[in-house]
Amino acid sequence: MRTEPVTVNIGPHHPSTHGVFRLRVTFDGEVIVDVEPVFGYLHRGTEKLAEERTYVQFVTLTDRMDYVASMTNNQGFVLAVEKLAGITPSPRGVWLRMIAAELQRIASHLVGMGFFLQDLGAFATPLMYAMRERERILDLFEMLCGARITNSYMRPGGVFMDAPEDFWPAVNRFLDEMPGYVDEYESLISGNEIVLSRTKGVARVELDALINASISGPMLRAAGLAWDLRKKHPYEFYDRVEFDVPLAQESDNWARYIVRIQEMRESVKIVRQCVQQIEPGPIRPKEVPFLVRPPAGEVYSSIEGPKGELGYYIVSDGSIAPYRCKVRAPSYINLTLLKDMLVGWRVADMIVTFGSIDINMGEVDR
Amino acid sequence: MYGLGILKGFGVTALNAFRSPFTVEYPDRRVGLPGLARSAGINPLAFVLKRPKDALKAVLGLAKIPARSQQHSRFRGQDFTWYVERCTGCASCAKLCPLGIIKIVTDPSGRQTQEGEVYDIETFDIDLARCMACGICVEVCPYDALHMGSGFERARYGFPNLLITVDELKKAPKRPSTWFRPQLEERGYHPHKSGQADWRLVGRHERPTAGQLKRNWVDDRAK
Amino acid sequence: MTSSFLDNAFFRNIYCNLASSDSARCAGGGPFGDGLFPPGWEWFAFLVTAFLTVFVVINGALLGVNAYIWGERRLIGRIQGRPGPNRWGPFGLLTPVADLIKILTKEDIVPAAADRLLFFLAPFLIVVPVLLVFAVVPFGSSSWVADLNIGLLYVLAVLSVESFAPVMAGWGSQNRYAMFGALRAVALLVSYEIPMVLSLLGVLMIAGSLSLVDVVHAQSVPFILVQPLGFLVFFIGTVAEIQRAPFDLAEAESELVGGYHTDYSGIRWGLFQAGEFLATIAGAAIIVTVFLGGWRGPDFLPSHAWFFIKLTGVLVVMTWIRGTLPRLRIDQVTSFAWKGLLPLAALNVVLSALLSLIWPAPTNGELWIMVAINMTVAAAALIVLGQFGPKAGERPTPAPVSTLREATPGGGN
Repeated sequence: MRTEPVTVNIGPHHPSTHGVFRLRVTFDGEVIVDVEPVFGYLHRGTEKLAEERTYVQFVTLTDRMDYVASMTNNQGFVLAVEKLAGITPSPRGVWLRMIAAELQRIASHLVGMGFFLQDLGAFATPLMYAMRERERILDLFEMLCGARITNSYMRPGGVFMDAPEDFWPAVNRFLDEMPGYVDEYESLISGNEIVLSRTKGVARVELDALINASISGPMLRAAGLAWDLRKKHPYEFYDRVEFDVPLAQESDNWARYIVRIQEMRESVKIVRQCVQQIEPGPIRPKEVPFLVRPPAGEVYSSIEGPKGELGYYIVSDGSIAPYRCKVRAPSYINLTLLKDMLVGWRVADMIVTFGSIDINMGEVDR
Repeated sequence: MYGLGILKGFGVTALNAFRSPFTVEYPDRRVGLPGLARSAGINPLAFVLKRPKDALKAVLGLAKIPARSQQHSRFRGQDFTWYVERCTGCASCAKLCPLGIIKIVTDPSGRQTQEGEVYDIETFDIDLARCMACGICVEVCPYDALHMGSGFERARYGFPNLLITVDELKKAPKRPSTWFRPQLEERGYHPHKSGQADWRLVGRHERPTAGQLKRNWVDDRAK
Repeated sequence: MTSSFLDNAFFRNIYCNLASSDSARCAGGGPFGDGLFPPGWEWFAFLVTAFLTVFVVINGALLGVNAYIWGERRLIGRIQGRPGPNRWGPFGLLTPVADLIKILTKEDIVPAAADRLLFFLAPFLIVVPVLLVFAVVPFGSSSWVADLNIGLLYVLAVLSVESFAPVMAGWGSQNRYAMFGALRAVALLVSYEIPMVLSLLGVLMIAGSLSLVDVVHAQSVPFILVQPLGFLVFFIGTVAEIQRAPFDLAEAESELVGGYHTDYSGIRWGLFQAGEFLATIAGAAIIVTVFLGGWRGPDFLPSHAWFFIKLTGVLVVMTWIRGTLPRLRIDQVTSFAWKGLLPLAALNVVLSALLSLIWPAPTNGELWIMVAINMTVAAAALIVLGQFGPKAGERPTPAPVSTLREATPGGGN
């Protein structure tokens, strides 16, 4: 019987494309034959706007790139500015930055895994549980900096305001409850045979393909390579806290999911150690002015964001605004392998695979 | 056996069905009889005797009470608290707003103080349609005249109504958020629980009194 | 024909009030003495009574849909940690009315390229066959619309007419998403017909009759205990036939936006949704009648109350399943039907045939012995079949060589 492949447009306007993202997919029946991603629908010209904004003003723009993980975006940029300007941050500021970044990592993984399971079809129940935990983290952020999502909490040299007194008991309460909630989440999902049969072995990709495409983050760790910038090139005080880097070997959708769940537990450990080790002091060196003027030069500095290696390449010409700021967005790079991962699988796997890469269109398009 | 994981999942879902919901309802929430009695401050039995009609409404599921604000004192709201007594018209907020939404027009024939001029503010427009509540304007104000507000109900039906003018800023209730104002937090101020804040109490450094000014500029110099 | 109808107390009450001159069937007159209609008009009394009965049943079913919409949304809300709709009316009870007003006032868009006849007919093919199912369900000890002696066969035949609707909707919409949904739906519906029919054969053999009223009378021990495998297969088959989670892949919202009803708007879409909820209630009603003992229960509550309690229980379980389980993929769905449910149903048929050969007209004690035998065989079959659970996914077609690895190290292709 003669069949004919059909090209369908999984358009930018779709419930499950994690933002405005377009996929032109060619199907032969239900099997995917070709994939052509089209993005750029959320491009806002962040890197061009950077040329007209001072460094502190640009911090507010970095929030809005990967909008579910604003604290780590801020952290990457602020570290790059400190490296360029030669500022030594104050220790208390660094500890607060680490607490904020690790809490944000938990929140970002909750969003990612909640929507991964929503794409699997679990009718929003695991998503609602993930959002419930994320609400607690966002309440903590509200205590820290007054805003839940687009924080702009960090400044070159530290953070801009110290944590209030009611923050520390709230953080401890959250840390005590979170592992229990992760366990409950896992008992709902990780043993579920339907989830296992739909994600195990699906969209497997080999390690050298990942390395050749410069993939980073949980996608790389799900293939067995223990590459975590917090361990390999420690920044801030990550060498003073103990944590493991979760790994999986199969590099399929299931492995990526389970790596992120484990990372949430590790982040809880890190925050606990930060809370114990934090020392009183100023949160920002007094000599750092509001309008930072780094000397002319360039710097590339990267951190381990929740989605991968988030890097900032800043070229400065000595003035209060950068000459050029390029952002190495992990979601954009992680998308490169989409075609290899999807060809040969079915329609249902397409959305699930896309969800397991855990991208954010704000970061892809900037 | 195949299917045990699914059954464990059912247990988790059933357990969650019996927990109370974590939704915060806004602007008012439906309550039953115990909730309504608690919001009135009397125990349920006395409530049934004193206000039987309201108790009946509560039992039938028709009673509503307004939602309590659960914000932290640092919440960056959608409006602004501005003290005209403290503002000098330096326009640092307008210069450093990342979006350029603040428009300040001053009249230089203002008051002359010992430290310099304080301009009269003729126009102070903040365009809320594009404000992203980043708070940089608040951060750079040297005189602690502009503070983030703590309200979030500033939505209006037309773009012209989203422009905050200087009259509205002058007449608005003064409930500054403690965002970037550690002095307010040290004094234990909460915008929703502590009432309005007076302009003399919100600054990091206070304006010197006439006696201090005389001492600094006249007496010490004369020495 | 009328004699079996008059076993029904509701019917008889109205009929005899209208035409009690038909003294062969109505003993004594009603409060109107000799009946409202003169003799010779019994056929008219019959028509009026039949109309009223059907009116009550259909409206009851639709009101049940209303209540079920409310109940399901509240229950799924509570499962997910949120209150569910509670704004309209006390406890949100007027929410289905608000939904109805919203659906009725939406614009009715028909795609320009659509096949108008198919597009128009498809929603009706979802709703009408399901309403026909309510004709044979006994709601109480003497309450039903019709006691067909081929009741079970009628139910299965009518429910399989529903298989037309997704294809008509998908093809009529002339839309690729809709065709995807329609083809998936057809594969699903056809695969699950056979295990469902086979699972009911066991019930037929033990009850000895296809009539639903007789099936309820034969359940001195509820058939969920006597036929656990049959219940499992029929329950899963029903959930699949009405295309609820985990089998809602034809209208998978996260993949195909709407599947075969993507292009429907307004009351046409409302009919699809109403049909889906009606089918859920109808399927639950059949399950309650055939496997849970229908209206049977201790005497302190009337029989209608027992029926509704059991119906509510089954609906709560179906909603619970919907809120917990993710969706299956189409090839997993079909392999589950053919490789999982069909052997279980066939085993059930063989076992029931053997048991009903040994005990042709089982008494209560013999039924309990059958319960024990069936339970052990079911447990053993599930454990054995579970060993052949699905393995890790295999790529259906081989992947091409990665385009990235083909790039030369010097850059540029």
